[in-house]
Amino acid sequence: MLVVLNKDAFQIQREQDVILFRNRVKEFAVRIGMGVVNQTKLITAASELVRNMLRYASGGEVLIEVITRGRENGIRLTFKDQGPGIPDIKLAMQDGYSTGRSLGLGLPGTKRLVSEFDIKSTVGVGTTVTIVKWKNG
Amino acid sequence: MERIPILRMGSFLLVTIQVDLYDRLALTLESDLVQAISKTGAQGVLIDISAVSIVDSFMGRIIGNIASMARLLDAYTVVVGMQPAVAITLIELGLTLPGVQTALNVEKGMQLLQSRIQVTASVEEAPNEDDDAGSPE
Repeated sequence: MLVVLNKDAFQIQREQDVILFRNRVKEFAVRIGMGVVNQTKLITAASELVRNMLRYASGGEVLIEVITRGRENGIRLTFKDQGPGIPDIKLAMQDGYSTGRSLGLGLPGTKRLVSEFDIKSTVGVGTTVTIVKWKNG
Repeated sequence: MERIPILRMGSFLLVTIQVDLYDRLALTLESDLVQAISKTGAQGVLIDISAVSIVDSFMGRIIGNIASMARLLDAYTVVVGMQPAVAITLIELGLTLPGVQTALNVEKGMQLLQSRIQVTASVEEAPNEDDDAGSPE
């Protein structure tokens, strides 16, 4: 069973919010004793997703949660925007695919960096991405 | 506006990134650096990222761009001091940074730049032996 121990919501509106947000995620990761490599992976993944949010949906909200399942602790981040949505998620998850002018590594790369990855999107309504990084995962 | 300082050391430019970069700051650094190479005729650029804890796909792309742009202006770029967790994360993200030279620390980076420039100089001094280039073998 998954239990939420602690949570915090963070608004993303400007580019500078990205740095503050990354620091907040780091605080949470340090608090549960996550190692440096996993911390770096989590924060990099968060950075990619927050950038997508700013670029394609001009901002949104992120929920940061400390979760526990059995003996394992972790961080869950939920990125919610009211942007244009992604018409073809399968295509967006392919390495090298981008509608913007980026490298197209954001979504598939992010998935590789975290323990669990979930994306839901409705065109015209918005996109919600949820990632989980377990302390030892 | 906030800026990353670019220091001149002989025929090299030295950039030490001490803060977390948000996108606009990274883009400003890119253009400042390219202009500085052109203005000073610098032959090498050394970028110290030892204080950078997160390199995401955007930052990675900027580093790659700087190296390619510098190359077009006849300067070599060496990135030094990458944290191990950053290297692990970059590769899992899918960013291999082809064309970016690295060294473990500033001292080794300087040696690498010096040897690169010496090699180029000695090739240029060598006599031209391509006189019979019209006969393929």
